[in-house]
Amino acid sequence: MSASTTALGAPEVFFDPVRQAHRRKRARRDALVGMASLLGFVLVVGFAISRTSGWPLVQETFFNGSEFIATFPGLLDAFLLNVRIFLIAEPLILLIGLLVALSRDLHSPLLLPIRVLATLYVDIFRGVPTILVIFLLGFGVPALQLQGVPNNAVFWGTAALVLSYGAYVAEVFRAGIGSVHSSQRMAARSLGLTSLQTSRYVVLPQAVRNVVPPLLNDFISLQKDTALVSVLGPIEILRQAQIDASSTFNYTAYVGAALIFIALTIPMTRFADWVQARMRKRRTMAGAA
Amino acid sequence: MTETLLEITGVWKAFDGHSVLRDLDLSVARHEAVVLIGASGSGKSTLLRCINGLETVDAGSILLDGDLDVTAFNTDMDAVRRRIGIVFQSYNLFPHMNVLDNVTLSPRKVLKRGASESRDQAMILLQRFGLAAKADEYPDRLSGGQAQRVAIVRALAMEPELMLFDEITSALDPLLVGEVLDTVRELKMGGLTLIMATHEMGFAREVADRVCFLDAGVVLEQGAPEAVFGSPREGKTREFLSRILK
Repeated sequence: MSASTTALGAPEVFFDPVRQAHRRKRARRDALVGMASLLGFVLVVGFAISRTSGWPLVQETFFNGSEFIATFPGLLDAFLLNVRIFLIAEPLILLIGLLVALSRDLHSPLLLPIRVLATLYVDIFRGVPTILVIFLLGFGVPALQLQGVPNNAVFWGTAALVLSYGAYVAEVFRAGIGSVHSSQRMAARSLGLTSLQTSRYVVLPQAVRNVVPPLLNDFISLQKDTALVSVLGPIEILRQAQIDASSTFNYTAYVGAALIFIALTIPMTRFADWVQARMRKRRTMAGAA
Repeated sequence: MTETLLEITGVWKAFDGHSVLRDLDLSVARHEAVVLIGASGSGKSTLLRCINGLETVDAGSILLDGDLDVTAFNTDMDAVRRRIGIVFQSYNLFPHMNVLDNVTLSPRKVLKRGASESRDQAMILLQRFGLAAKADEYPDRLSGGQAQRVAIVRALAMEPELMLFDEITSALDPLLVGEVLDTVRELKMGGLTLIMATHEMGFAREVADRVCFLDAGVVLEQGAPEAVFGSPREGKTREFLSRILK
């Protein structure tokens, strides 16, 4: 008996050739109609926009080819600062988020102060707009003129992003911990594992897995929000675009900056979608077993 | 041969003002297989959870091997659970670990055994219960019967003196009940002391040394399976048996 046949000798999968041909034909037709529809839509919208009376001026100020070529390298250069801010902030955010999430679920009465602090932190930093935190830290702390504390705008801008996003990510982690069914904890404890061992080996690995998609969403959001640091003055990409725009009264640099952000966030978004789809598939498989 | 392993005296347990266990007494001898029967809500699961400290009792005492009081305030519950294993209706395997890691986790972390030692021990157990081929599989690739047998092996790996089974076949496809019951049968043959809450009356009759009928939080009737199933004394036992055996 070959692997592809059942005990009765019939093949495991069998398609009626006529049915199969029909299916293929329909798929081809659907693809063609879809492409034609999309192309038609783009043509109609593009035509409509280009016929508006303001279009020539918009094209000149926002989509100026020579301006684009002149400003783009500078924007890319400035964007490295955004990337640096992101790369430094992200691991710190994950660390703070995880620690705060764990602190909020502490039960020992001795550790009540930690729990209260963690709760306060989340309440405050989730409630204040990120840009306000950047203003307050970026202008406020250096004004105190404390000894040994950096008064560098990038430093405080990054710190503000870390604090603001840390509160969000803490809540994401906490939701993940809550999503692990209590029977898992019970099973682990019944095997003699201590509460700490149960968290470390049983609850946290599952919790982190469950929150990967929302975490990726927050990463994408953070990539964009690095531009908020521009309010403090450092020349990152948005600041650079502002400088370009104000010196030539042409806004093409803003469009260039937008393109650069998109070039980074779209792959990240697709990656997040892919991870999410894969996890959904895994979960359905687990449900069927 | 009738050395007492577990002595439960006067145990009370209430949830939200409703008593589930009322002054319950039960004693289990070493190597004995005790089967708990009774309607849902009669207190079988609660009793099992109290025995290994997953629930705290409101009054009474549960003494293991004459020296360890599960219910005392200063008892180290982790120590209790090292000596009493429990298997649940919903297998509760750890989905992020393969079968082997599920089985070796607590021997490594709780008993501090080496990786290779606990691995060898786990493989011997898996082999014994026909699961060796599944060692590298993740729980979502197992059938319900296999998953429940792995859960039993996982509890056995801690080498408990007493094993508790809480309706371990209730969530299974009827076709898979047999393989799990075979596992329990083999453990009984091996001399393991066990307390099992179940609705499988045929199995209870075959394997139990003693059957206890729980009703409203007390052991209303107990005795050899032939006695309890053959000529129950209490009206409630008769009523329960006639309903479930119908």
